[in-house]
Amino acid sequence: MYLAAGRSGPSSTAPAALEPPARRTRVASTVVALGAVSLVTDISSEMVTAVLPLYFVLQLGLNPLQFGFLDGLYTGVSAVVRLAGGHLADRRQRHRLVAGSGYALSALCKLGLLFAGGSTAALSATLAADRVGKGVRTAPRDAMISLSCAERDLGRAFGVHRAMDTTGALLGPLAAFALLWLAVDAYDVVFLVSFCFGLFGVVLLYAFVPERSSPAVSASRPSTLRAVLRLPAVPAFRRVLVTASLLGLVSVGDGFLYLVLQKRLDLDTVYFPLLPLGSAAVYLLLAVPIGRAADRVGRRIPYLCGHLGLLGVCLVLFSPAPGWPLTVCVLVLLGTYYAATDGVLMALGGPVVPEEQRAAGLALLQSGQAVGRLLASVLFGAAWTLWSMQAALALAAAGLAAGLLLARFLLPAHPRESG
Amino acid sequence: MTPTLSPRARLGAVALAAAVLAAFAVVYTVRAVGRDRPAAGSSHLTLDNTPGLYVRTADGKVAALGERGPRKTALSCRRFYASGTGAVCLTTKPGIPPRTQAIVLDRSLRPRRTVTFGGTPNRARISPSGRMVSWTVFVSGDSYSGGSFSTRSGILDTRTGYLIKNVETLQLTLGGRRYSASDVNYWGITFARDDNRFYATVATRGKTYLVEGDLKAWTARALRENVECPSLSPDGTRIAYKKRVRDGSSDPWRLHVLDLRTRRDTPLAETRSVDDQAAWLDDGTVAYALPGRARGSSDVWSVPADGTGKPVRKARDASSPSMNAVR
Repeated sequence: MYLAAGRSGPSSTAPAALEPPARRTRVASTVVALGAVSLVTDISSEMVTAVLPLYFVLQLGLNPLQFGFLDGLYTGVSAVVRLAGGHLADRRQRHRLVAGSGYALSALCKLGLLFAGGSTAALSATLAADRVGKGVRTAPRDAMISLSCAERDLGRAFGVHRAMDTTGALLGPLAAFALLWLAVDAYDVVFLVSFCFGLFGVVLLYAFVPERSSPAVSASRPSTLRAVLRLPAVPAFRRVLVTASLLGLVSVGDGFLYLVLQKRLDLDTVYFPLLPLGSAAVYLLLAVPIGRAADRVGRRIPYLCGHLGLLGVCLVLFSPAPGWPLTVCVLVLLGTYYAATDGVLMALGGPVVPEEQRAAGLALLQSGQAVGRLLASVLFGAAWTLWSMQAALALAAAGLAAGLLLARFLLPAHPRESG
Repeated sequence: MTPTLSPRARLGAVALAAAVLAAFAVVYTVRAVGRDRPAAGSSHLTLDNTPGLYVRTADGKVAALGERGPRKTALSCRRFYASGTGAVCLTTKPGIPPRTQAIVLDRSLRPRRTVTFGGTPNRARISPSGRMVSWTVFVSGDSYSGGSFSTRSGILDTRTGYLIKNVETLQLTLGGRRYSASDVNYWGITFARDDNRFYATVATRGKTYLVEGDLKAWTARALRENVECPSLSPDGTRIAYKKRVRDGSSDPWRLHVLDLRTRRDTPLAETRSVDDQAAWLDDGTVAYALPGRARGSSDVWSVPADGTGKPVRKARDASSPSMNAVR
């Protein structure tokens, strides 16, 4: 756990990009520790997500359609929560504390599910609190990753973190199904084990992730809300923010893609839960290699090329390819898309945000992307209803291609120099 | 805590925490393995020798309610429905991922055919003749808004063996027009005597509709808005269903009966919110499950189908009512 090159945080003026990337250092210990925290936490949360429908229907006799969450509202609320968490972490320079409280809140929510019983109000409140916890912790965590290693290693650092995070997401559902196999209908066991994992994540965070105490930052005046709101005025940051939001707006949600896949193949419902696991496996395998490549060739290239993966998914769904080859193609392309865009965006955006506003800046990027994606799913659904599934998919592919062309110009090759 | 501990001590503390949490989790899991094993029921009980109301009891066993109290069968089901000539039992099979099975049973309650699919069991029906079997499951992970749920309904023709795993390919007419959307969901199928015509709920864009389907033509036509979980009366003239009377998640539904010919809609005397596909006990009475005293438990009630009278509790700690009528 104790790795070299840990806390040699870059100063905002270091010309790291100009140094030859010949000598590779080891991954910062903080990054590995945060990866371990995310791995354990994702096991915890995905365990619960996987069994929630079974629990609601079979154990509580509730109708899950009653929990038809207003997804738009949730995206809005979690954007606000994420920005608030990021800003608070910046202002106090207490990234670990803010992230830790998010992790702790989500862990407690697993116990909350045990005690909420069949009350829809209590269950809704617990699930909402869980989402708040997730919203609060994301930006400070990504800020800690971006502040804990040299700028030239950011792609690899986020790659390592996302690979570990996705490993947890992959193991969680498997663990939950295995537990229900061992102990039939013992949902309390799933929640309790999930709580243990969640709590262990908090322990790992406090034991192995140091709270930042950068003298350079604490000496300068703390970040203000006004300064955060002025962040988009910085051209280099604005370009990344606009690009991320635009590409979010022309994206297609993976839920939709799975739905199209199912309709095309008349896929058995047994395999539904396995589809996300398939793309997660690809994501996990590619996150580190693509992150390293991003450090070498610049993050812009994998970020933009990754979207070609998504475009590829739309196109293969039009192809006459039969069942299994089509499914494998979709999952591989989708996993590649996530591996090349998710962590890479943070590595792309991190360096253009001043250190004292890093968490809030990354929160802005994530929120811009999330709001774009939400609008995209509304538009996709509307096109499907108005015309047809094929028309919606064709429009999405055309929009994505146009958005990518535009993004090429929005995001210049050397954002820092042309700022 | 961080600055005061050496790396070695920190590692030790984390290992200790891991050991304690793991021990706790393992002990709790081991204690849960094998609890609630239901007692074996009688395999001599058949639809032929035991007419009357059938329910699913709290331990999952299907029981027949006679004058001398409930008699349990050997069947364990999540959802059960018997008609005069056969029955269907939805069960879950643990695994990675878990599966659901629809087991079609003959009059001796012996399995005739088993269909395996994914999802969480919700509704099950068998047509009056015993030929057509239908079911609804909840699935997650495929909806466009992540984290929410959708439904899948299937139909099995036991005579021809023809299986439709997802009825969403039906040509749907809504408001006089062909309709297709990504969020179309079907649930609560109920078959007519001719084994071709059926009724079901279609949900799209936050609204629900009663549709009349034609199996041979593979079409469905929306008849009316705000109808969920339809259940056709034995004489085929009326539909008992749950109607959304309140927005939000607390007590949203009330049982109604719709006359298909006159389109007259009658609220039933049951004022509590019923989330079930009602079952007709005869042409004048419907039965349904309502939440019971304990968490997750339910009781079976019945009420006259014409809006008069009062609800009567038929069985405690029971669900999935269905009438095995004497012929």
